[in-house]
Amino acid sequence: MGKKEVQTGKASIQFAEGPQIIGSASVVGKKEGEGPLAERFDVIEPDPMVGCDNWEEAESALQKEAADLAIEKAGIVRSELRYLFAGDLLGQLIATSFGTVDLELPIFGLYGACSTIGEALCLGAMTVEAGYAEYVMSMASSHFASAEKQFRFPLEYGNQRPLSTTWTVTGCGSFVLGRKGGSVRISGITPGKIVDMGLRDSMNMGACMAPAASDTILRNFEDFGRGPEDYDRIITGDLGKVGQKILLDFMKSSGYDISGRHMDCGIEIFDSESQDTHSGGSGCGCSAVVLASFILPKLESGEWRRVLFLPTGALLSSTSYNEGRSVPGIAHGVVLESVDVRAASGGRL
Amino acid sequence: MEQKINGTRTGQKQAGPDMDAREYEQYVKQVTPVHSTPLNMLKAFLTGGIICLAAQWITNQFLAGGMEKDAASAWTLIILIGSAIILTGLNIFPKIVTFGGAGALVPITGFANSVVAPAIEYKKEGQVFGIGCKIFTIAGPVILYGTFASWIAGILYWILDMAGLYWA
Repeated sequence: MGKKEVQTGKASIQFAEGPQIIGSASVVGKKEGEGPLAERFDVIEPDPMVGCDNWEEAESALQKEAADLAIEKAGIVRSELRYLFAGDLLGQLIATSFGTVDLELPIFGLYGACSTIGEALCLGAMTVEAGYAEYVMSMASSHFASAEKQFRFPLEYGNQRPLSTTWTVTGCGSFVLGRKGGSVRISGITPGKIVDMGLRDSMNMGACMAPAASDTILRNFEDFGRGPEDYDRIITGDLGKVGQKILLDFMKSSGYDISGRHMDCGIEIFDSESQDTHSGGSGCGCSAVVLASFILPKLESGEWRRVLFLPTGALLSSTSYNEGRSVPGIAHGVVLESVDVRAASGGRL
Repeated sequence: MEQKINGTRTGQKQAGPDMDAREYEQYVKQVTPVHSTPLNMLKAFLTGGIICLAAQWITNQFLAGGMEKDAASAWTLIILIGSAIILTGLNIFPKIVTFGGAGALVPITGFANSVVAPAIEYKKEGQVFGIGCKIFTIAGPVILYGTFASWIAGILYWILDMAGLYWA
């Protein structure tokens, strides 16, 4: 396959080989462990502090645990990993810096708000496909308490959350990518653009991110010459119920009905009624742990053959918000395929 | 994209990337669920009412015990603030606010919570840069503008007094 064929459309990549996800791990907190996906997670940490002294350290501990487990499940040793692509929500990526220091690996620290795992998988896949590494790791985490502290209020402060708010997932998802040895491969990517519709409501991040998700999905369709029928599921990160409604409306206005195929990790991870999470789950950890625990097994079993996975992020800081700026969104598209799809079609899709 | 969605009451543009910021904001408002205001008001009324009733009962007990009215009020405030602080530390106060909203926040209990919550959260960052610098992150504006407003009121009072318009 020549360069032109690999570069698909305006901004997508169709990998010739397609790096495979050879190991994955999901480590979550107690609340996530009480949700609908409880039985699917690898580890449920009952202690929100994970035995540490503060929230930030606790988040780092989740990363450490997820990284070690993913390496173990991949059946490799740590030193075989060449690069690490990882990020979190905290200022200056402190959860990642302190969480990955013991891995002693060259690292690319990433910030894509809650879309980070998408960015990490895109870059990891590009690196492996290009032959710059045999194995890399992509990882992202979030912690409810550290995120509340940074973006909203101290935990003990009493306030009523609007129904449009989401609940930051405590968890970390970690993935080892390699050339072969997995049952799911990343066949292509459509990296996200920053889309800003001018909305300023940080309590309604689903609405801030939905236009970005719609933009990436449309560009993915165009670049790959595909439509909704080419995907078993189109799975966004953390749009929640409000964002889902907007995404479906936006897609409809562009002539696509994806309502039967759309799924949102934020909606799946919690039971909004019994867990009081309102619009759904959010945070870097949300899409990462749902990918590891729910989406990958469906692809591995062959129940789904191909999905478009789009972690979504709201690009705000408390400074930008206080200065009256809007909340732009981003969504990175990752095409995941069951490995035997490729075998069945004679290696050419 | 000027076509209308069938059956929409407002008849605005079809939801899509062509909307401008104002149109998008209106559309988002339309599709975003909100808490029921009458229900919230009822819960706030109940919560606030119970707090005030309890406070009045405490005051009455002090008065019945022969305490002066000013001292009784002060002791009542101390008890309310103390209870709010303890309930915050036990993670019960935030649950009361989730139910009762302004009913729990408007009385002095809300102010106590807004000071203690940052103190608990930022304790990890040290006595000076943690608690010291951040204890008033939420209550600070209330203290600043409350003091400022009373200063303005004092000046107005002084001017009116000088003009001979003394009414109290």
